[in-house]
Amino acid sequence: MEGSIEMLSIIGAAIAVSFGAIGPALGEGRAIAAAMDAIARQPEAAGTVSRTLFVGLAMIETMAIYCLVIALLLLYANPFVG
Amino acid sequence: MDVSPLAPDILFHLGPVPISRAVVTTWVIMAALTLASWFGTRRMSVHAGGFQAVLEIIVETLETQIKEVIRRDPWPYLPVLGTLFLFLVAANLSAVIPGAKPPTAHIETPAALAVIVFLSVHYFGLRSLGAADYLRRYIKPNPMLLPLNILSEITRTFSLMIRLFGNIMSHEFVLAIVVFLAGLFLPIPFMLLGILIGIIQAYIFTILAAVFIGAAVSGEAD
Repeated sequence: MEGSIEMLSIIGAAIAVSFGAIGPALGEGRAIAAAMDAIARQPEAAGTVSRTLFVGLAMIETMAIYCLVIALLLLYANPFVG
Repeated sequence: MDVSPLAPDILFHLGPVPISRAVVTTWVIMAALTLASWFGTRRMSVHAGGFQAVLEIIVETLETQIKEVIRRDPWPYLPVLGTLFLFLVAANLSAVIPGAKPPTAHIETPAALAVIVFLSVHYFGLRSLGAADYLRRYIKPNPMLLPLNILSEITRTFSLMIRLFGNIMSHEFVLAIVVFLAGLFLPIPFMLLGILIGIIQAYIFTILAAVFIGAAVSGEAD
């Protein structure tokens, strides 16, 4: 069918980003909640906690970024579109 | 917006060599950083003037941050990590200059920086532990894990590249879409968010590079 691969690629990109963002979002929420809790209990450890938090958030966020890269590959560098 | 973020954005050809926009921006940033450093350290004195004091504050902040991560003398690692951080901040924030696009929003600049980190991790590891001890950490805790250890070296370098590229590029995309949808003032908060994202990503890239180097020189399996 003419253009069906393009259409399916767009649908696939949308599904990849939308479902791929759910897990990292929940994980980041939990991580930030835990960090807030830790800072509230021990304000003197705020520097260490927030540095570790940033690195951890970057790690979690990478999962969502992978989904974004897959979506971009589907949209811009699709191997099945000539 | 119709330009693919995965393809280079060719500005002009220098003989047979195509020169992309990212390369031009990178060279301008390199020249600006080099000139600023040269200008600041040209006549150094114990009673620092204004600009020298600013540079000293930057270097000392970088030193304490890297020391907290690596937990040893940061001076052997400060040149590469500090330069990486300053370059990344300048590159990520080059979007605030009208007409300039951050070179990290195209995949080749983050790829080159990730390769630099990959090579410097092995260089520092080999130099501080020696070849036998350094290579032995790949068969720790068990020689069965050798393929996984090698795979983790590759994937973490890859994810370092993809993280920087994905964040900066996706921000450029969001900005382009917002500008396309709604006019003049709505993009401004997103641009401010972009400054925050750029600095945080530069920080994360440098901290992760420091963590990798710290793991390599201390001989622990990360």
